[in-house]
Parts: sequence; structure tokens; C-alpha cells
Amino acid sequence: MDKLVELIGKNGLIFGFVVIGFVFIIGDILSKTVFRSKIPGSAVSIFLGLVLGYLGGLWTDGEKGISDLSLFAGVGILGGSMFRDFTIVATALGANLELIRKAGWLGLVSLLIGIILFFILGVSIAFAWGIRDAASLCTIGAGACTYIVGPITGAAVGASSEVIALSIAIGVVKTIAVTIFTPIAAKKIGLFSPESAMAFGGIMGTSSGVAAGLAATDPKLVPYGAVTATFYTGVGCLLCPSLFYLILTFFF
Amino acid sequence: MTIYGVALLALAFILGQWVGVLLGDWLGIQANVGGVGFAMTFLMLGKEWLVQKNQMSPEMTGGIAFWSKMYIPVVIAMAASLNVKSAVSSGSLALIAGIIPVLAGFLIFPWIMKKFHPRYHG
Repeated sequence: MDKLVELIGKNGLIFGFVVIGFVFIIGDILSKTVFRSKIPGSAVSIFLGLVLGYLGGLWTDGEKGISDLSLFAGVGILGGSMFRDFTIVATALGANLELIRKAGWLGLVSLLIGIILFFILGVSIAFAWGIRDAASLCTIGAGACTYIVGPITGAAVGASSEVIALSIAIGVVKTIAVTIFTPIAAKKIGLFSPESAMAFGGIMGTSSGVAAGLAATDPKLVPYGAVTATFYTGVGCLLCPSLFYLILTFFF
Repeated sequence: MTIYGVALLALAFILGQWVGVLLGDWLGIQANVGGVGFAMTFLMLGKEWLVQKNQMSPEMTGGIAFWSKMYIPVVIAMAASLNVKSAVSSGSLALIAGIIPVLAGFLIFPWIMKKFHPRYHG
């Protein structure tokens, strides 16, 4: 047994493939039996992934979910930004460049509306919670955009480390919420075409959440959502600590 | 050759991320601006070019297709590596500021499609 654990430690990524394969089998079985195929196996599996992330945090008090357990460190490599971005780029194989070019302006409009909407709502909710200084408000509003915009903005405007940690938590909640709600809401909001996926990626922004949510809805939409969502964090990091912060300082 | 496909994907990835980082640098922010989007564009352009030159073999496409199919497993691994516990337990402000704007996004989405995408009118 010791030898096996040592072997897994040395080949973490390979063991990660086994673990995720196993999660997928369970997700598929649950989808077919408990949910009578109404919720796709990939959606159930992604949710199971979130449960594993929660359990990992519970057992280790770490920050990287199940991958904080040394046995499952490979899951963290597989789910890290390198593989995430690499596989998202690969989905472009099935995308239509002409379609993306045509819907480009729709993506741009939704990108700007999305960032402004999330920032304003984040700031308003923080205000309702009694927070009154511009730096904290701005950081929380930025956290409502993504969990990367939050800490980058917080560092730039000089927010306290508690507020920065809070902004990361808000961003992670957003990612989880988008992951879970997208497949549920997709039909009702008319999210079925490549154009609508591009607008959706622009409004929601969180690359991980949009990608996971669309994967659970219809994998064909993933590249279209990803192509706009990828600009969200960058544009958010551009606007939040500069223009948006400046506007906030007029009021607070 | 399968490796040609993987190499094309990897090259597009590196070049795209590079453009994203350079753009971020140029804008004066410590973030990658659209690296994935640029990489996807490079991959699509590269593929188109090879298809036109009749150099895109099925094995080569397979080298890219494998990675695009690995996408959902990677997303599951990503979900399992998120700090879910702290997100759920860091108080009501985190939960509300994380969820309410997402719901608002879902509500505003059909309006944006109708307003800015003519084909959806009426």
C-alpha cells in the first residue's frame, strides 16, 4: 500500500485522470437513474466536482479543494489554468470564425454591460451591508466581476486583506452560481445559439463558470462563450481600479 | 501525424497567451487580456490555412479533437480544486454579492439579445 501511495505521489497527474474518470462514471449513473437523464451526466459530474472541492476544504482547511490532499494533488494540475485554457482553445476546432466575427460587436456590448452590471450590483450590496469607504466598495464590486479582478483591484486601490479575501470568496461564489444556474436557466433565457453563447460569455464573464455552465448545457456552445469571457477579466482589471474607482471617490 | 495537430494547438496557445500578456502589459495592468480568445483565433486561422493547402489530415485534426474532448473532465477537476468551502462559509455578504448579480445577469440576458441582436426581434 505504501508503495502504491508513493507511486501515485510521483504520478499525480496520471492518477488525476483516474479520479476524474471515476467521478464521471458516478455522475453518469446518477444522471441516468436519479435524474432520469433530465440533467446531463456532465452537469452532475461538475456538481460532484464542486462537492469534492467542498470536502477537500473541510478536511484540509486549504484553499485548493480536494487537490490539497497530497493523494489528489494531480487533480489540481489537471484542473489548473494551464489545462483549462489549453482545452478551451482546442474547442475552437469546432467553432466558426465567420460567426464569431459577425457576432463580435454583440460580444463587445455584452462584455461592457456585464462588467458594469456586476460592479454596480456588487458595490450596492456592499453599501447595503454598511461599507462606506471607496477602496472596500470598489474591491467588492470588482470581486463580483471575477475572483481575479477582485484581488488585483484590491491591491491597486489599497484595500485591507480581509476585504481582498472577501472579494475572492464573492468571485468564487459567482463561478459556482454560474456553473449551477446556466444549465437550469439556458432554455428559459434563450441560450442555444453560438451568438447567444457569445453574449452570455460577455455578460457573465467568469471563464471557469461560463465554460463549465455551457459544457453542462451544450458543449458545442463552449468555444463561443469562452471567446468573449476571456476578455472579461482583463477589461475588468482595466476598468475597476481606474475609472470605476475614480467615480466611486466622487461619492465616498 | 497526430503530433502536428497537438503542436499546432500548442503553438496557437502560446502565441495567443503571449499576445494577451503583451496587451495587458501595454494597458498597464497585471492581467492577461483575452489570451484564450487570441489563441482560439490563431488556431482557427491556422486550421483554415492548412485546410486550404490540403495539409490538414484526419490524424492531425484528431490531435486537436482529443484535447477539446478533454475539456469537460478538466472542468470537473477545476471544480474539485476550487475553494468551495470558504466560498460557502464566508458569510452572507459573499453569498449574496456572488449570487444576486448572477441572477440579474440571467434576467437582463434576453433583453440584451433582443436589443442588440436584430434577428431576435419580434
